[in-house]
Amino acid sequence: MMSEMEMSRRGVLAGSAAAAALAAARQVEAQPVKAAAPATMPVSLTVNGKRRDLTLDTRTTLLDALREHLKLTGTKKGCDHGQCGACTVIVNGERINSCLSLAVQHQGDEVKTIEGLGTPDKLHPMQAAFVRHDGYQCGYCTPGQICSAVAVLDEIKRGVPSHVQADLSARPQPTNIEMRERMSGNICRCGAYSNIAEAMAEVAGAKG
Amino acid sequence: MKPFTYERAKTPAEAAAAVARQPGAKFLAGGTNLLDLMKLEIETPRHLVDVQDLKLDRIEPTTDGGLRIGALVTNTALAADTRVRRDYGVLTRAIVAGASGQLRNKATTAGNLLQRTRCPYFYDPNMPCNKRKPGSGCAAIGGYSRQLAVIGSSDQCIATYPGDMAVAMRVLDATVETVKADGTTRAIPIADFHRLPGDKPHLDNNLEAGELITAVTLPRPLGGTHHYEKVRDRASYAFALVSVAAVIQKDGSGRVAFGGVAHKPWRVEAADAVMTQGAAAVTAKAFANARPTEDNAFKIPLATRALAATIAEGKSA
Repeated sequence: MMSEMEMSRRGVLAGSAAAAALAAARQVEAQPVKAAAPATMPVSLTVNGKRRDLTLDTRTTLLDALREHLKLTGTKKGCDHGQCGACTVIVNGERINSCLSLAVQHQGDEVKTIEGLGTPDKLHPMQAAFVRHDGYQCGYCTPGQICSAVAVLDEIKRGVPSHVQADLSARPQPTNIEMRERMSGNICRCGAYSNIAEAMAEVAGAKG
Repeated sequence: MKPFTYERAKTPAEAAAAVARQPGAKFLAGGTNLLDLMKLEIETPRHLVDVQDLKLDRIEPTTDGGLRIGALVTNTALAADTRVRRDYGVLTRAIVAGASGQLRNKATTAGNLLQRTRCPYFYDPNMPCNKRKPGSGCAAIGGYSRQLAVIGSSDQCIATYPGDMAVAMRVLDATVETVKADGTTRAIPIADFHRLPGDKPHLDNNLEAGELITAVTLPRPLGGTHHYEKVRDRASYAFALVSVAAVIQKDGSGRVAFGGVAHKPWRVEAADAVMTQGAAAVTAKAFANARPTEDNAFKIPLATRALAATIAEGKSA
């Protein structure tokens, strides 16, 4: 069954647009247009302290370079549009969404992923605090949460201001409300937020 | 994503020439908006000119007591700059009210000015959209328009400019400095930078093809108290339904610009002139020719209330 919308669309298409489309289609048949060949480029970057040399399609995001080419699958692909934060990694000391960055933009950069923060035998203090405070359920967003959390404490230390700061001239403090605001780019479908904020507070050395 | 070639420019003039020379070329700075749109094939550049090596990442004082912000200064660096926090608090407040920490670390000053609309119909390639595909129609008119423009819109487009930073820059009367492909430079007042949609909604701003933003300059500090009140559907990481950028002086006079309501940061000088008469007087002037839809008519009383809250905050400061 055709929906009403499809029928009315067909009605419209019966006009000159359809004739033009048919003419265009015939032209394509006669002279097939080749899609542009994907361009590739060499990219060298340091990942978790190790220099890596790759040759990549220019379209490769930093996230796909890490996961698909370097097999560092700790960093996760969630929305692939910068909305969920699962892909968060630390580049030259600052957290970014690796899905919204091309690998070729990172020539010579220092990238730190969850694999570079700690190992199962030697957890980073933030990883240990997430375990202690039950800062996750399914775990999919966790690598991004932890990379973000580590960078957030550094941002607070460096005095980077936030939306919840009352006095812009004061140094930000690692309070619960600061953690919540600064972590808003990391979504947790399981809703472990309050435990994540507690884990962060513990690492920051804050009381309560 | 469509295939593209990539290069890194060494100087601003070289970058401008590279984009002007090659059909389908675009500048790439932080990439946080462009890449998102390229994945959806709403933007389909055939060549990218990466501008990250242009050394436009400094904030320097100007000779007349203002600040020159390099085009590549990140949102985080701009918001954190001690001079900006002290003298242009509205700008820091606006920036930290936008996006997420990760995005602000990568997003640049120039790129943020060029952020494209978040109209859901612009983002959906299956829908007609005069901004995405000129002449295809506007599905937002008569569609879900809760987030969209209430003033300055046209029969072809009711999209809004989505950003926060530019709303503060509008209240500060910033100037956008550019270089063109032939090496000539110009200074565009922020008021004239973004366009209203009219019958060319595919054009967001008045830049020429290949014209590169090199800096944004702020005039000398205005004094007063600085405010950015953003009303949104959740407390963090959401676009504005309405935002208010204001600088208020001790005598109650001041200036105000609104975000989330139009195709550009919305400021009406006649509205500034009645700041001492209170929020309702200001928004009566600022939104005098508003054409809201049934879905977004609430934005006008919301703007009045957001401004009233801002004025009250100014009095208690």
